[in-house]
Amino acid sequence: MIPPQFDYHAPGSLDEALGLLGSLDDPKVMSGGQSLLPMLKLRLASPANIVDIGRIPGLDTLAEEDGFLRIGALVTETQLEQSALVATAYPILLDTAKVIADPLVRNRATICGNIAHGDPANDHPATMLALGAQLVATGPDGARTIDINDFFFGLFMTLLGEDEILTEIRIPAPAPNSGGAYVKLERKVGDYAVAGSAVQLSLAGDGTVASAGIGLTNLGIAPIRATAAEEALTGQAPGDAAIAAAAQAAADATEPIADRRGSVEYKQNMARVLTARAIRKALARAGG
Amino acid sequence: MATHQITVTVNGTAHSATVDSRLLLVHLIRDDLALTGTHIGCDTTHCGACTVLVDGAPTKSCTMLAVQANGAEIATVEGLAGADGMTPLQEGFQQEHGLQCGFCTPGMLMTGTALLESNPDPSEAEIREAISGNLCRCTGYVNIVKAVEYAAARMGEGD
Amino acid sequence: MAPKTSAKICGMGHSMKRKEDPRFLQGKGNYIDDFTLPGMLWLDIVRSPIAYGKIKNIDSSKALEIPGVLAVLTGKDLEAYNLHWMPTLMSDTQMVLPTDTVMYQAQEVAGVIATSRYAAADGVAAVEVEYEPMKPVMDPFKALEDDAPVLRVDKEGKTDNRIWHWEAGDKEATDRIFDEADVVVREKMHVPRIHVASIETCGCLADFNPVEGHLTVYMTTQAPHAIRTVLALVAGHVGLSEEKIRVVSPDIGGGFGGKVPVYPGYVIAIAASVVLGTPVKWIEDRMENLQADSFARDYHMDAEIAADASGKIRALRIKTLADHGYSDAQAAPSKFPAGLFSICTGSYDMEQAYAEVDAVYTNKPPGGVAYRCSFRVTEAVHCMERIVDTLAHKVGKDPATLREENFIPKDAFPYHSPLGWEYDSGDYQAAMDKAKEMIGYDDLRAEQAEKRARGELMGIGVCSFTEVLGAGPSKDFDILGIKMFDSAEVRVHPTGKAIARFGTKSQGQGHETTYAQIIAEELGLPAEHVQVEEGDTDTAPYGLGTYASRSTPTAGAAGAMAARQIRDKAAKIAAHLLEVSEEDLDWEPGTFSVKGAPDKSVSIQDCAFAAYTNLPPGMEPGMEATNYYDPPNLTFPFGTYICVVDIDRGTGEVTVRRFVAVDDCGNIINPRIVQGQIHGGLTQGLGPALYEEMAYDEDGNNLAGSFMDYLVPTAVETPMWETGHTVTPSPHHPLGAKGVGESATVGAPPAIANAVVDALAHLGVTHVEIPIRPDRVWEILREKGVAE
Repeated sequence: MIPPQFDYHAPGSLDEALGLLGSLDDPKVMSGGQSLLPMLKLRLASPANIVDIGRIPGLDTLAEEDGFLRIGALVTETQLEQSALVATAYPILLDTAKVIADPLVRNRATICGNIAHGDPANDHPATMLALGAQLVATGPDGARTIDINDFFFGLFMTLLGEDEILTEIRIPAPAPNSGGAYVKLERKVGDYAVAGSAVQLSLAGDGTVASAGIGLTNLGIAPIRATAAEEALTGQAPGDAAIAAAAQAAADATEPIADRRGSVEYKQNMARVLTARAIRKALARAGG
Repeated sequence: MATHQITVTVNGTAHSATVDSRLLLVHLIRDDLALTGTHIGCDTTHCGACTVLVDGAPTKSCTMLAVQANGAEIATVEGLAGADGMTPLQEGFQQEHGLQCGFCTPGMLMTGTALLESNPDPSEAEIREAISGNLCRCTGYVNIVKAVEYAAARMGEGD
Repeated sequence: MAPKTSAKICGMGHSMKRKEDPRFLQGKGNYIDDFTLPGMLWLDIVRSPIAYGKIKNIDSSKALEIPGVLAVLTGKDLEAYNLHWMPTLMSDTQMVLPTDTVMYQAQEVAGVIATSRYAAADGVAAVEVEYEPMKPVMDPFKALEDDAPVLRVDKEGKTDNRIWHWEAGDKEATDRIFDEADVVVREKMHVPRIHVASIETCGCLADFNPVEGHLTVYMTTQAPHAIRTVLALVAGHVGLSEEKIRVVSPDIGGGFGGKVPVYPGYVIAIAASVVLGTPVKWIEDRMENLQADSFARDYHMDAEIAADASGKIRALRIKTLADHGYSDAQAAPSKFPAGLFSICTGSYDMEQAYAEVDAVYTNKPPGGVAYRCSFRVTEAVHCMERIVDTLAHKVGKDPATLREENFIPKDAFPYHSPLGWEYDSGDYQAAMDKAKEMIGYDDLRAEQAEKRARGELMGIGVCSFTEVLGAGPSKDFDILGIKMFDSAEVRVHPTGKAIARFGTKSQGQGHETTYAQIIAEELGLPAEHVQVEEGDTDTAPYGLGTYASRSTPTAGAAGAMAARQIRDKAAKIAAHLLEVSEEDLDWEPGTFSVKGAPDKSVSIQDCAFAAYTNLPPGMEPGMEATNYYDPPNLTFPFGTYICVVDIDRGTGEVTVRRFVAVDDCGNIINPRIVQGQIHGGLTQGLGPALYEEMAYDEDGNNLAGSFMDYLVPTAVETPMWETGHTVTPSPHHPLGAKGVGESATVGAPPAIANAVVDALAHLGVTHVEIPIRPDRVWEILREKGVAE
């Protein structure tokens, strides 16, 4: 499996990269390349130019600042896995990173790439939906912030312009008594999800759910935010009935297709089962 | 299509090469540098037969462009054994029968080497997780796990 | 059993470290893609995107414009040399390249020859082929219906899609027992199409020297000698003569049966090298390997057992449909179109059995090879071991107990099975006892009862298999007429070191070590001083190769016999050196001594030196022997496997918690290597049981054509295998050994499937098809009302 011909560019600065994106014919941004290179080898993509942003300094931030966790364009899944900050304050991100592909792929794969690729089978989109992340897209006219809820709008379709680079993900720092979890069902390690559910919630002083974000993986043509499920949980004491209602609402939000991973009915039920499990895990982490 | 002048250090030796944009790192290593210990087993970044260390990190060299490795330190299986003979991990593979056909072995060794570098005393579960991107069709993995444990014990003896 | 030789000699029973390991561990193996020759060109292959259709046009013009692309070969080009068709090893035919019709997705359509790997790939992408698609026949049952289109119109007079019908046993006598039996149980089951997926794909480097008319082919083959003969037979008309063909099988990155057949890619590369007079290399990529190379299994079985009310088995009846795809390209012995499927009566004594198999053509890739299995033993064992559980369920007995009550008793060997085999030896109860003890069977049953009361799903699966392997005796076994003997040639050098060459070919089994140990056992030379070579047809003696667990039973035996011939000669030399008669000598491994005067002795090394320097009068110099071993019977390894699974009631996921494998492969040559073979086999049984399936949609599209969807287990899914042994030597093998490479692949799937069924048995479930995917289990859980 050999990639088609293309030209390769390794800009040394963001401005240079944006200039290349504006001037080159049919350019494609590459960060870790762990999605793009397999597509090239399978000749499912054949851009004339690849702009490798991997050598641009300053895109590797992984830190809390101004009430946000900032994840730069070049932060890898492995860095996320190894971060003490992530492990303690954002365990849902650790859950997610750990089930993406395999450890070798994760050494190069980036979180921003996982989002920008727009694949509904990728895992971070659901988690970012649950976390209410903001995406920073930098283009010729500067940076703009896109709400994750607006970002995905179809199969491999996102709001990111062809002349833009997803330079940063900003995740709001969790409120006190928050917890999150990502639960994925896969046929074997390294597989895309049969289904996945990401839940981030916070508890009020009386033990009821103050806020909830729920995202779903590989259950429709785009990543799904299960708003009805969130509503079913919010304001409730998180007992069995509330969890079951939220999980069912999550299942109802899905539009999976039947394939080798299972029937439509199976996948919808997995959305329900996994969401219930993710809620329970998130609650435990929130101290509920 | 443009070519690129690159320099990579492989097993401690610097190599300069002129490469096409699309040349995969694994082909640079195997075809241009004639280090054929690194293998190719799939098209979709699943099998790990092509695993090398890029600046210390185990990497599937079929899913990285040669030009991306410009300036990097690459380690391949050929560079493991030194004047003192094979490494404890290589010895462990022989002692515990962690290889059969040998085709996945270089990738397993590179992944295992990096694991022991970052985690000198890994648990069975950690070893299994670490090699989960390296497929083996012969051994059933149990003896590979034992080989890594053997090496960890040997390397820990000096402590 | 304690080894007979010292640790220095390292004969049988020593866990010698493998001699081949240092090169593999240091990146110095020599696999096919590591070979390069000056002026070498590359072949890459254009493949059909459709399963069935007419080729309307092949336009190579854009490909030929690509720098480095030299030629595009089509079926029409090969037709000019009459090389566009080739025979399969089962005397069927298949296209090398099509002239007008494609018969399966990923079929070879054209070969692009270029100066580099990259240019060849660009050439493949640029060849434009126009097809007229036709509706493929994908369902083997529909393929036999009257209105099914006849696929093999190339065969004159062919009016349907049936390939052959095979049967074994006394149908009437079997039917009579079924008519009168107290109990009859029946299960329909499919052992689906799977793929060996060795981590190294197939490939070759064909090097034709036009001046000398000599062809060397370096290729990934498990049977180099047979391949040389086949090449001579099919390409004789273009001037390739067997003495001018050299096939070299280098280090092989896993074979498992997939590297026995001749694939079109090899032939195209050879044809291109002959036509162009330059070396041509072809290396398959993974998707080509999975989508086009020979599959295994694909048996649809309808099985019944007749028993008395207590569960004593009286008869077995199996009706089978075998989907061979476009061509019967399996690699089974000629007289055994359904392989050794008639081992299906397994470990159980019964009055009668009858088995039949119908083979059909469909629009799938041709096959099927035996994925780590001695010719359909896996299908036979899966069928029997599954339905025995159904019988146990029906009569209300523990599946282990029911097996024990039906075992062929230890004193009944040699045992004549109702389907005609003579089992050489066995002690099935011993293996069962050991497995139950190792896993703590009774405690597990107690735990299961507790968990069941709490609504948790835990299952315990038992499998007591019997294999048949070591093909085989020449009176019955041949491939394309060549008898299935195997061979060894042992040569001891003056300094007492030796080289031993064999007709087989290791693909990871460790022949360089175990064969050296066999020679060490018989000659008393340290195994480290015995160099083993295989795979080069110019140097190794003729043999049929390594598959079907035949290496130890055939070539291993040949090695022992050749070594004994040398020892006989050494004894004469020792008598000469010690100035006594041969009858006055004692033999301890490595040393001849005078009876009653043990300090008067000579070593085998002394004898070797004398064979070149100080011979008895009239003796022919040198110290070597060749043996072609024709086994008197097959060998029948057996074992009992017990597996514990837990089922997730929410997702249907099955987790193998524990797996105990007790094997009896007769006398063991190298315990370390035997354990490794069992571990590997178990994992290649786990795969098909839970993950692997080569599936197609109704349009003929492959649904598992890469490692993204052909699910090979990783270290995370694979449990910590627990192994044990009993030893029941083969009475007819010179070393008492039986072969072990495939037992675990055969025995593991039914053990796992039985465990899953056992977990659900209280709900009335008697069968689950493999691979036991989570969605399949969940459908059952939902139907039974226990899904979370």
